[in-house]
Amino acid sequence: MQHKIQSLTQDSNHTSPSRAERFHPKLLTLQAHANQPRSVEGAGQDVGRSCILVSIGGKNIMLDCGMHMGYNDDRRFPDFSYITQNGRLTDFLDCVIISHFHLDHCGALPYMSEMVGYDGPIYMTHPTKAICPILLEDFRKITVDKKGETNFFTSQMIKDCMKKVIPLNLHQTVQVDDELEIKAYYAGHVLGAAMVHIKVGSESVVYTGDYNMTPDRHLGAAWIDKCRPDILISESTYATTIRDSKRCRERDFLKKVHETIERGGKVLIPVFALGRAQELCILLETFWERMNLKAPIYFSTGLTEKANHYYKLFITWTNQKIRKTFVQRNMFEFKHIKAFDRSYADNPGPMVVFATPGMLHAGQSLQIFKKWAGNEKNMVIMPGYCVQGTIGHKILNGQRKLEMEGRATLDVKLQVEYMSFSAHADAKGIMQLIRMAEPRNMVLVHGEAVKMEFLKGKIEQEFSIDCYMPANGETITVTTNPSVPVDISLNLLKREMALGGPLPDPKKPRTMHGTLIMKENSLKLVSSEQALKELGLNEHQLRFTCRVQLQDPHSDPDTLHRIYTHLKSVLKGYTIQHLPDGTVMVESIVIKVSSSAEDTNTKVLLLSWSYQDEDLGSFLSTLLKKGLPSGLC
Amino acid sequence: MKLYCLSGHPTLPCNVLKFKSTTIMLDCGLDTTSVLNFLPLPLVHSPRLSKLPGWVSKDGTVNLEKELKECAGRVFVDSQPEFCLPERELLDLSTIDVILISNYHCMMALPYITEHTGFTGTVYATEPTLQIGRLLMEELVNFMERVPKAQSATCWKNKEIQRMLPGPLKDAVDVWTWKRCYSMQEVNSALSKVQLVGYSQKVELFGAVQISPLSSGYSLGSSNWIIQSHHEKVSYVSGSSLLTTHPQPMDQSSLKNSDVLILTGLTQMPTANPDGMLGEFCSNLAMTIRAGGNVLVPCYSSGVIYDLLECLYQFIESASLGTTPFYFISPVANSSLEFSQIFAEWLCHNKQTKVYLPEPPFPHAELIQTNKLKHYPSIHGDFSSEFRQPCVVFTGHPSLRFGDVVHFMELWGKSSLNTIIFTEPDFSYLDALAPYQPLAMKCVYCPIDTRLNFHQVSKLLKEVQPVHVVCPEQYTQPPLTQSHRSDLMLELQPPPMPYRRCSVLNLPFRRRYERVYILPELANSLVPSEIKPGISVATVSAVLHSKDNKHTLQSVPKPPPAPPTKKRKRVMEEPPVVLAPKPLLSGAVPLEAFLATLQKHGITEVKVEETADGHILHLQAEDTLIQLEEDGTHIVCDNNEPLRTTLRDLVLRFLQKL
Repeated sequence: MQHKIQSLTQDSNHTSPSRAERFHPKLLTLQAHANQPRSVEGAGQDVGRSCILVSIGGKNIMLDCGMHMGYNDDRRFPDFSYITQNGRLTDFLDCVIISHFHLDHCGALPYMSEMVGYDGPIYMTHPTKAICPILLEDFRKITVDKKGETNFFTSQMIKDCMKKVIPLNLHQTVQVDDELEIKAYYAGHVLGAAMVHIKVGSESVVYTGDYNMTPDRHLGAAWIDKCRPDILISESTYATTIRDSKRCRERDFLKKVHETIERGGKVLIPVFALGRAQELCILLETFWERMNLKAPIYFSTGLTEKANHYYKLFITWTNQKIRKTFVQRNMFEFKHIKAFDRSYADNPGPMVVFATPGMLHAGQSLQIFKKWAGNEKNMVIMPGYCVQGTIGHKILNGQRKLEMEGRATLDVKLQVEYMSFSAHADAKGIMQLIRMAEPRNMVLVHGEAVKMEFLKGKIEQEFSIDCYMPANGETITVTTNPSVPVDISLNLLKREMALGGPLPDPKKPRTMHGTLIMKENSLKLVSSEQALKELGLNEHQLRFTCRVQLQDPHSDPDTLHRIYTHLKSVLKGYTIQHLPDGTVMVESIVIKVSSSAEDTNTKVLLLSWSYQDEDLGSFLSTLLKKGLPSGLC
Repeated sequence: MKLYCLSGHPTLPCNVLKFKSTTIMLDCGLDTTSVLNFLPLPLVHSPRLSKLPGWVSKDGTVNLEKELKECAGRVFVDSQPEFCLPERELLDLSTIDVILISNYHCMMALPYITEHTGFTGTVYATEPTLQIGRLLMEELVNFMERVPKAQSATCWKNKEIQRMLPGPLKDAVDVWTWKRCYSMQEVNSALSKVQLVGYSQKVELFGAVQISPLSSGYSLGSSNWIIQSHHEKVSYVSGSSLLTTHPQPMDQSSLKNSDVLILTGLTQMPTANPDGMLGEFCSNLAMTIRAGGNVLVPCYSSGVIYDLLECLYQFIESASLGTTPFYFISPVANSSLEFSQIFAEWLCHNKQTKVYLPEPPFPHAELIQTNKLKHYPSIHGDFSSEFRQPCVVFTGHPSLRFGDVVHFMELWGKSSLNTIIFTEPDFSYLDALAPYQPLAMKCVYCPIDTRLNFHQVSKLLKEVQPVHVVCPEQYTQPPLTQSHRSDLMLELQPPPMPYRRCSVLNLPFRRRYERVYILPELANSLVPSEIKPGISVATVSAVLHSKDNKHTLQSVPKPPPAPPTKKRKRVMEEPPVVLAPKPLLSGAVPLEAFLATLQKHGITEVKVEETADGHILHLQAEDTLIQLEEDGTHIVCDNNEPLRTTLRDLVLRFLQKL
């Protein structure tokens, strides 16, 4: 395992941390498959796929496992050969985390787990776990059943893949193993979208997935606490735009629908069953209510009914307003929106129909489109991205004559509109998130290079942190500098805190001394005395004795007293005692006086100190050698 | 570490834990059994209740006929019902930093604590606990406020008078502290202090301790709590269940390795099997309906009622009760039923799977859809016109003292066709029924209490192995009525520490270590040396910074370089600044090796003399003595400071520094 990862990350130094390594900063490696450059404006929305590999503290985590909707071949899925050429991924990954149910974030999951092979834990929130298999199945049907593609995952594979999913609750700290823990935060964007905080030891990474910093019609705003991650990996779809809120686009949408209805036209909105559909329904429902409109709104049958049900059951994931009022009025029980029957399409007069699927490639939406396409009073509004080859894609590109099966052609006379409603954080929102989380490093993914460059500059300038923007397949390495957690004996700590007084004096920092004992994986800081005891070691006393001769014509007790007075004046801030047994003690240094046998004026001073008082002992012996100053009494 | 016990009710606890520098209140239970001493509050005028005779003492000296009424030999207070609050004198409640709520039944005293006591802290609870707790409080307030009572009886509380009253009024404790219900405004204010948490979320309190709720399996969002620092762990177990009902299963393994485990909220019905009770409930219900009678189920608006409805959902068809109307009457009936469906994350696995389909997790959605179950905010309004008999009515309050249940008692009590089935274990059914006597209706008592029983709890404790257990004193002896049942108590080694209302316990707990963080710069400068195989030591001299209860160690800042001064000559005379004391030494100086080292340094004339404890070395040329012993070295060296320091360093080479 280590081999592979090393070759992948060009760094050989991050196997699991041994004790010896704990004093060195660990290396954190990031493997990013950022997206293809993509345009934000225009029809090219929602292209790209997210799949990022993070190595942190010896753990490897895959963040999202997205599918590229723009390709029909192998390029559709992330290139897992970056991780391993052969064999299963289980050995290389500690866990996989899916941020939300959009296919560019989870579309390759069954491929990865069932076809490449991964049996480890996959984490996602409850709503994501509920909804993502439905979207996967939907997409599989289109790809395999309609387009007849092979080498794609099967229904059974989706089911088997979902069995490996462990649901995540918001703010719950999930212990993946003894060292790796993850925690999900609310991200807005779509129902069940989450940001995730990944922590190993004292190192951490936050991955945002797609998020939204302003509440919209049905979802709240993303939020994270001041978790100070080493790295914040943020999407940057709208890196440069500071958007005039979604309200504008909503108004635009409502205006177009309203105008068409007013002139007696019909509006077709092809949607996928989940996500945007509910948001637009709420929008139209409230508009109809406010304007007292009578034209019918229909929702094509099947999934959609079911989809609204998901929103009702996961109401705790919506915004505050919807949650607060759901008992009185459930926002997802629509009064004006009724189930569609295919016979309604021929009814005279205006109407609005939401129909699946969203790309006009099959099913009910296509049938209705065929019926209505010939009338210029009608309108089709495409609220999302369309894959190449679909009718949706063709009409968005301005094609007005469509070839249908058989030799028939269809003249497209109705108006074609594209509207983007995707909820992503804009530059302002990204900056806001950085302010919330206070990361030490920033990584931008899922955006367009030129725009990311601009944002990078802004981030580096405002927050003085490093900002990276890895290209597809590029590995970046960020060095962290973690503190080392240590257990300090409470005696030592309390002694130190008591000495330091209630308020620390910044001018006089107190130094504490202790012994760090490193045993297996524990680090304990204790006083030296306790360390001796704990390690079962004997103390070795090192003592010094020094005789100093001194000319002093006084009696022995007087000389001693003169020494005492002298030292008192020289040594400020030391404990000096004149003891009744005829000694002077400076701290623990003992000084005794005796007269020389030959000459009573020559006094012999005996100094004795232990190694712990070495500095002072050495100083005293030198000082006393110089004699006592005259004028001492 | 201390524990202050403010409630004596084992299932409605209120304890305060002082741990490190934090003061943590564990639950906020409100003892509502006090309301049994009061007359019921009828929703419509009840001639029977208003005609009850007033109470006058036998000798006629005490006349409280306005305040006290007699019914079937018992005396009741004719006043707005009052609750027995947690003790408020034991410690200053304004010093409480946080309140941890374990389930919605254990938070009913919250407004009394957070309002009017100077409380400025935060309350932690899960989202279902908050939402359903709010509903239960709202219901309580609504029950009280819609039948306001002008009279507030206080004379009977006079100590002299209370002494002369018949039991159980005579024996009621602390009646002066009993309080009327709070207002909706106080509820809202109290609940605005709640901070939501999820299971296994770790919340730091002032950097000193970490709290974390764990699933307890008892009710929607119910939790036990872990309160821990890096080295100490206290578990608070309150209202837990191992039965498979609707909530997420109990998280047992996270309780392991606790220094202290505070155990509250065991089953109040240790001898009643919940499954058996459920069966009895159904069969009695069916029997009464078939005989043409009505069934009254006094219950709380959330909790066991979900399980009862689920059970009935399966039972209705087989018992051919398909046409019998089921009514759920409460001001919060609709909200409770709706809320139960949106907490998928907090439900057991089976119910979660249903949500993925997507289907409502509880089958009562279908009962409502098919019109089998109808809910009304009260007996007034729509209910009165749609009401059909015979029927089954679920309504509160289980004490039978207020709420819509009072009306049904008056309505159905006289007929022996009807049955009242008690399912809530909080109130003695005989006491609850006392003010309605004489009663013709049948009474069935099937209390359903899913909380841990003694057998389950001893098994749990064996598994999680706490060092000490603290519990209400009631759990340390068999129940009074079954004193021979030694299996209905906790028997542990060491025995649990019992508490009662107003106890202050010193928890046996010695803290020995605290966490500090060594900053990278300092960490890199440390020089570890191996002292024994696998054990290294390093001496650390550092500056300690303590902020928000987090301690860090930094390198000692280098003193600014001494400015070149003219006094340079005098520098030597400056006494050394008190700096790092030298490390302690350990080991021994081996004679041969030391001699060899001396030789290398040009000291050759050494005379070695053996002594009892070691050797004395005479360095003859230098006239210096070195005394080498197993645990000490003594260097006697006069007037030759350079030599002394050389010898010192040579000795140090052989010793380990700590």
